[in-house]
Amino acid sequence: MSTSAKTEAPALETRGLMKSFGAVTAAHDITVSVPERAVWSLIGTNGAGKTTFVNMVTGYLHPDQGTILFQGRDITSLGPREVTRAGICRSFQIPQLCSELTVLENVLVALAIADPKPPSFFRKARESEAEDRAMEILKRFRIEEHRGRLMTELSAGVRKLLDIAMSMCGHPKVMLLDEPTSGVAAEEKFPIMDLVMEALAAENVTTLFVEHDMDIVTRYSDRVLAFYDGRIIADDAPDEVLGDPQVQRYVTGTAPAEATS
Amino acid sequence: MKALSDIRVASLLALALLVAGGFALPDWALFLMTIGLAKALVSLGIVVQMRAGLVSFGQGLFFCIGAYVAGLMANFAGLTDIFVLTGISVLACLAIGGIFGPLLANYRGIFFAMLSLSLSMILYGILSKMNSLGGTDGLNVAAPTFAGYAPEGRALSLSLYLYTSVIVVAIGAVLRTGFDSQHGLVSLAVRSNELRVEYLGASVRRTNAINYVISAMLGGIGGVITGLAIGHVDPEYAYWTTSGEFVFVAILAGYLSIPAVFVASIILELVRSFSNLYFPNTWQMVLGVFLLVIILTLPNGLGSLFHRRREGGS
Repeated sequence: MSTSAKTEAPALETRGLMKSFGAVTAAHDITVSVPERAVWSLIGTNGAGKTTFVNMVTGYLHPDQGTILFQGRDITSLGPREVTRAGICRSFQIPQLCSELTVLENVLVALAIADPKPPSFFRKARESEAEDRAMEILKRFRIEEHRGRLMTELSAGVRKLLDIAMSMCGHPKVMLLDEPTSGVAAEEKFPIMDLVMEALAAENVTTLFVEHDMDIVTRYSDRVLAFYDGRIIADDAPDEVLGDPQVQRYVTGTAPAEATS
Repeated sequence: MKALSDIRVASLLALALLVAGGFALPDWALFLMTIGLAKALVSLGIVVQMRAGLVSFGQGLFFCIGAYVAGLMANFAGLTDIFVLTGISVLACLAIGGIFGPLLANYRGIFFAMLSLSLSMILYGILSKMNSLGGTDGLNVAAPTFAGYAPEGRALSLSLYLYTSVIVVAIGAVLRTGFDSQHGLVSLAVRSNELRVEYLGASVRRTNAINYVISAMLGGIGGVITGLAIGHVDPEYAYWTTSGEFVFVAILAGYLSIPAVFVASIILELVRSFSNLYFPNTWQMVLGVFLLVIILTLPNGLGSLFHRRREGGS
């Protein structure tokens, strides 16, 4: 499909990604080139191929065909751990947290793993330096008051923030957020996105986020990829994409009556 | 630093208590305590794996290897020094755990449990058929010496008990440090959410393999001490019912507290001894009822009585 008009070397590039599950084609010739520090959103109806794209880029799924390049390095065959170590992190539609650990311990785990050395048997997880860093991260996401709580005691918004905060511990170069505001109360969506985008911008992280709320898409992304039936049907600035008749017909459902008939 | 000094103080207190108890206990109780503590080390190996969500039904493998290495070294090489025998057994278990650990670390749940069990049953089968090693009758093991000191009678029982006490306290302190370490916390994270751990950049397989090797070494130490205390080793050490007892103790204790494992193991030995005496045909039923009560009243095991979560975590 199309690529960015910017001239910077791409942070993330995919070429001709194909992925099928039996007779269903979840990704068809997905080609994108995401420049450094860009903030792109991925929109589309359920089953359009957005999460399949995220899963392929982050190593959870391997494409049947095509190539994924991260800062020019081929990462197509890498698994989640290697992709994360390379500098691409993700959050999940359903936050993936360690349910038996507290909020603080979840961040301590993320920090211990983010350390270049493997987690040590003889280095305390809760040494004061690590706890201070964990608290800094919790404060950045304004969830420090929940530090002693377990996952079952947290609201959906706090879980989303913690999920993203943990991913940020590895100082990623590229972050993929899978529906960062899904399941979150309407009044919490913009405050959560403000916090997340501020944290990502502060570290110059290239960001792609899957989103169904077009107000959030318009407000936070500088480019939009619209997915339909495993293909990218539009790739442009938010206003252009959301004004595209095909997108209005197949994605947002906002097409005038004559266009949809 | 405070936590480290807490561990040191707790260790010294525990050691003082065990040593003082050793001089006060009658012979039968000294033997029971030695066996209870030694077998607790084997169960502690299961607890190490439980913290990452795995339960081994084949811990008898390393228990047996440890005991047989001690028996063979004593019988065929004339080595009776307990320090040397323990060292050789640990190395043997380290080597075998190092081979099987990375392989078994690919499996989860019942597959891991059954594969670990199958390894111990293979060893049981081999030992049962090897007449040169005593077949199903096993081997007698010479009394151990302690760096040249060769006690007899009660002095031997007491020496073995004191040696066991020192080992148990030292291992307890090291494991407490390990449980509170980065590796320990990552193990708990693996137990909760493997996908998250991989997406943070850590290897779940590596974590499980390390825990398996630690567990193997603990099994070996427990095997050496038990073999020397009883003075006899046989293939039953690797039999599935033996492994089942270790699992029983681990479930009884839970994965939260190390002292709970020792308490649970001693309770098992006490129940076994007294039930054998008074209910020779139904003592397993007594154990079963006891386990049911614990599971219903303390789902996280006896350890949840000793271990409370602090603010921000355990």
